[in-house]
Amino acid sequence: MTNTAYQSHAERATIFNEDEARVNWHDETLWWVRQKRDRAAHLIPEWESLRELASGIKDNVLSNLHDYLVSFEEQAIQNGVQVHWAADAAEHNAIVLSIVKRHGVNRMVKSKSMLTEECHLNAFLSEQGIEVIDTDLGERIVQLAEEPPSHIVLPCIHKKKEEIGDLFHEHLGTPAGNADPQFLTAAARLHLREKFLTRRVAITGVNFAVAETGEFVVCTNEGNADMGAHLADVHIACMGMEKIIPQRRHLGVFLRLLTRSATGQPITTYSSHFRKPRPGQELHIILVDNGRSRQLGRPDFRNSLKCIRCAACFNTCPVYRRSGGHSYHTAIAGPIGSILAPNLDMKEYADLPFASTLCGSCSNVCPVKIDIHDQLYKWRQVLVQEGHAPLVKKVAMAGMAFTLSLPSLYKIAGKAARWTLSHAPFAVNNKLNPWYKNREMPQVPASSFGEWYAKNRTKNK
Amino acid sequence: MRVGLFIPCYIDQFYPGVGIATLQLLEKQGVDVVYPSRQTCCGQPMANSGFAHKTGGCDELFVRNFHEFDYIVGPSGSCVLHIKEHLHVAGQEDKAADIRNKVYELTEFLTDVLKVETLSAHFPHKVGLHQSCHGQRGLKLAGMTELMSPPFSKPEQLLKMVSGLELISLNRKDECCGFGGTFCVTEEAVSAKMGKDRVQDHLLNGATVITAADMSCLMHMEGILRRQQSTVQVKHIAEILNGETA
Repeated sequence: MTNTAYQSHAERATIFNEDEARVNWHDETLWWVRQKRDRAAHLIPEWESLRELASGIKDNVLSNLHDYLVSFEEQAIQNGVQVHWAADAAEHNAIVLSIVKRHGVNRMVKSKSMLTEECHLNAFLSEQGIEVIDTDLGERIVQLAEEPPSHIVLPCIHKKKEEIGDLFHEHLGTPAGNADPQFLTAAARLHLREKFLTRRVAITGVNFAVAETGEFVVCTNEGNADMGAHLADVHIACMGMEKIIPQRRHLGVFLRLLTRSATGQPITTYSSHFRKPRPGQELHIILVDNGRSRQLGRPDFRNSLKCIRCAACFNTCPVYRRSGGHSYHTAIAGPIGSILAPNLDMKEYADLPFASTLCGSCSNVCPVKIDIHDQLYKWRQVLVQEGHAPLVKKVAMAGMAFTLSLPSLYKIAGKAARWTLSHAPFAVNNKLNPWYKNREMPQVPASSFGEWYAKNRTKNK
Repeated sequence: MRVGLFIPCYIDQFYPGVGIATLQLLEKQGVDVVYPSRQTCCGQPMANSGFAHKTGGCDELFVRNFHEFDYIVGPSGSCVLHIKEHLHVAGQEDKAADIRNKVYELTEFLTDVLKVETLSAHFPHKVGLHQSCHGQRGLKLAGMTELMSPPFSKPEQLLKMVSGLELISLNRKDECCGFGGTFCVTEEAVSAKMGKDRVQDHLLNGATVITAADMSCLMHMEGILRRQQSTVQVKHIAEILNGETA
């Protein structure tokens, strides 16, 4: 992962759109996933009430987070688990490092965890001379390509199978030109099997942590979390502290929603419950804040913490599908990432809430009913008020606000704009006007509606 | 019943025919319609850009222009939604709240308030209906493909009353066209691509006319159609429902 100079979502999306055929492919691939989600949801007659229920449970969690976390910790300790608290990414990474060092290990396996992406754990450990092998197939692919995941459920969705064939040829020694998915998967399986058998430390993420029992559930389709955790002497589970649910029975709500929303499957192939370490094994749980308390304190944005990371909002987002995950330059891309990221760093991510048409499809697919598009609107207000608007925009908006507050000035300005368009179209139809790059300007009418009305209706007041 | 006609700024300046069709359509239904001439803009372009704190002038004007009417009707789901969700004026909050409750988008006013069941319009063309997002998902003018609920569509209900009109179906029933206000220039690449894809869906399914309850989406798609030198036309739904006049 190289540190490139700052580029906004719009700049990155412009580059992504230089290859239109690829954009079409990316869009259609993800639209297919969205349609699978629709079909799966249609098979559940109580789908909408299930969403309402999940949303309510998560609201309850956010309002009682302290108590649930304390309960979870107590239960987990009773179960023989070592519980750690991390205030931020740096603390999280340091805790992982200390555990690994204590065991004198310099290599490990890791199943999918967006939290560790958020904390840039791999890069940190690598600097400390510790090798991390991502064992989720998609994650392993992007790791070999030295790229971050572009999607939280489908990390390498931006890569075509031929590109994966080339990567595997280079790194795993598969025959050049072989892009058969089944063959490549088998090659990855062999490659990863050796890692599972030889690594003594395994990291997993956490999908749900149950406050009443201290257990946690990890959902994967590949069983790689289980392979890692069961073969390792040390299992470290990293979780954002909002992953808590009150009771085990609530899993019946969330497990039904998660994968149907994510990929259209009824459930993940593996929904693995971890409660206590097996004899001789160490089990650690790291509870991470990293800005979550701050977000919880923002009334307009707190319910973004209800997210269960299904990525349904990614798949439905017409902007995400046509800009690609890397355009969001953050671990969690898409609409949900655009309302989470500014909480972490307003300046760095000031562009993301504007990478949306506010079409509202994201809020409609969200299984926990986060008002994503309303929060995008609200973040825009916050970011401008906090001084993160470009000067050009500030000047333009001030001018617009002034003109539109004065009916007489508005009429003059409108007339001037129409005159310019009809008499001096070159002033507008040029490279400085982004609209004109792919679109014609509207044709100019003989008069405005207001002028027509004044002439044709006498009851004008 | 006195109705205040709310004509969004860009319709006023660039699509007066849409304003005229809206006015005539309402007049044909026997409604007393008045266009307050000192109106400008609902303030949405500023608000959606993060400058809601700069819309005070627009908000005050809107209240002054429209508070006295029984209903306020505009031919734009997006602008109506903005008023419904964001119109606030310090010291006149009662009037603002009243306006938020009595502002209607044209098609919902026709189906829900006037309860129109027949129209005299004739439009012998293959028409593709673009479900504009703010009208559809915001004002709930139509069912949404994301939700598991029975389908309905107020604009479609009205278009079905037009003789000769053949409504085509789309591969993606309610995907955004990518206009998005200032998004259309700040995110030009994605906006234009979304517009091209939306237009293509209509073309593939044989539309000769694309209609919508929002002219802004149509302005965007028209810009793309004309750049492609396509003969496919865009028409605001008011123009179709009013018949081929103005």
